[in-house]
Amino acid sequence: MSQTEKAFADAAPLDQEIAVSVRGISKNYGAVEALRDMSLEFPRGQLTSLLGPSGCGKTTLLKIIAGLLKPDTGEIIVNGKTVTGPGPNRAFVFQDFALLPWANVLRNVAFGLELRGVPKSEREDKAEKYIKNVGLAGFEGSFPHELSGGMRQRVGLARALSVDSQVLLLDEPFSAVDEQTRRKFQEDLLALVANENKTFIFVTHSIEEAVYVSDQVAILLPRPSRVSEIIRPSSFRTKGVENIRRDPEYLDIVDEIWSSLRNYVE
Amino acid sequence: MHIYGYKLPAMSSLLLWGLLWEIVGRTGATFFVPPLTEVFATLFSIIGTPAFLQALSETARAFLSGVFFSIAIGIPVGIFMGKSRLLDELLLPWVNIFVSAPLTALVPVLMVLFGFGMKSIIITTTLFGIWIIILNTRAGVRQINRSLVEMAISFGATPKDAFFKVYFWAALPEILGGVRIGVIRAVKGVIIGQLLISIVGFGALFELYAANFLMSHFWAVLIVLFALAFTISEFLGYLEKKVSYYAASR
Repeated sequence: MSQTEKAFADAAPLDQEIAVSVRGISKNYGAVEALRDMSLEFPRGQLTSLLGPSGCGKTTLLKIIAGLLKPDTGEIIVNGKTVTGPGPNRAFVFQDFALLPWANVLRNVAFGLELRGVPKSEREDKAEKYIKNVGLAGFEGSFPHELSGGMRQRVGLARALSVDSQVLLLDEPFSAVDEQTRRKFQEDLLALVANENKTFIFVTHSIEEAVYVSDQVAILLPRPSRVSEIIRPSSFRTKGVENIRRDPEYLDIVDEIWSSLRNYVE
Repeated sequence: MHIYGYKLPAMSSLLLWGLLWEIVGRTGATFFVPPLTEVFATLFSIIGTPAFLQALSETARAFLSGVFFSIAIGIPVGIFMGKSRLLDELLLPWVNIFVSAPLTALVPVLMVLFGFGMKSIIITTTLFGIWIIILNTRAGVRQINRSLVEMAISFGATPKDAFFKVYFWAALPEILGGVRIGVIRAVKGVIIGQLLISIVGFGALFELYAANFLMSHFWAVLIVLFALAFTISEFLGYLEKKVSYYAASR
């Protein structure tokens, strides 16, 4: 039994529908093997983290799911359809925000809709609603360079939300913001997962962050990249955001993940 | 600049140089340098004459057409070179040769190919301006943040959208820098064209005045030309400043 299959067998059986499934994905960069025969499933309406040491291919996998990279073998299925490129059912949140520096917040948030050909007044109404949702009301006319890192990522998040995709792909979205903003983001993200019926795929290198925000954590190990373990925290998710960090299960899982990853960290 | 706590207006050093020119002119040391006041008097007397206006319009027509072609061809070529590895490999050596080549030497060839008229002058002007615009645009496109491009693609941008909504704007600060230098070079190109190809426009006036030792006329036309080139360059510099708010944070 391969390691991947074993990981699947160990994971608790899922009663949820699967929104995204990754089947036998391999990707090579020249002679470097980035991903080998990776399979993974993402339940609908939940947040799954891809966690692993650097070089384990988690961002590569995310970009393949987004359709930004082509896998060498294997396929990605989103809502029953095979992915052939970027599509309106997935929206991406970038690590470095990827905002248009020459456009104000309103246009940046509406840019995804603009590219989809939504008329100006309609897309701006929608953008304004999401700007309010992420807590940036009053900053519609500001430019990215006038905002802090945290506020910029809120713009990136609002842009991804406003196109109303079923699947949100987040590539280390909070790694470029400061610690306190980051904690606020994590709490907001939990509320978002609870309120929006979307599937979140979240790449991070922070163990605490992954355990804190995820319904399911996929541990990826490098060289060749593979899924070593899938962890589904069961008890603390319902206890409220302020209690998670001192829950015994939370602490145990963080420890357990660290002990399995420590050998791979240089 | 400050002197004894007083802030001097921009370019006030020109007054000093103008004064020096006037003094040298007054001494009559050389016929080549008439007093500046005399040059300006001549300037105002010739500026409304039909000969001057005709020269101005001929030069402006050639110059503006040349600048138009170097921008309209240069920017797209630069963007495509920045985006496509293949095109870059094919064209970059030529662009690099032409940007540093003594283009004046090519003018006789152009005359053979395109005749002695306006066409050759416009082509000369274009050739002077276009290469630096291509190079700068290419450099601007190549430094685009990779994730901006990925962002546009992931939200479903067509190649046309990507071109007009991302690449062009992201490269705009470099493009404007290139256009500014290209335009200054085009001034050189149009005058060289008018002197070498067919004696028209300001080139004809320079010929005429220099051949007849009308030095104050000569300087008057030269000052007009310098002022025009300087104004255009300053205007483009001003546009460049307008986009600098995002140039640093791309």
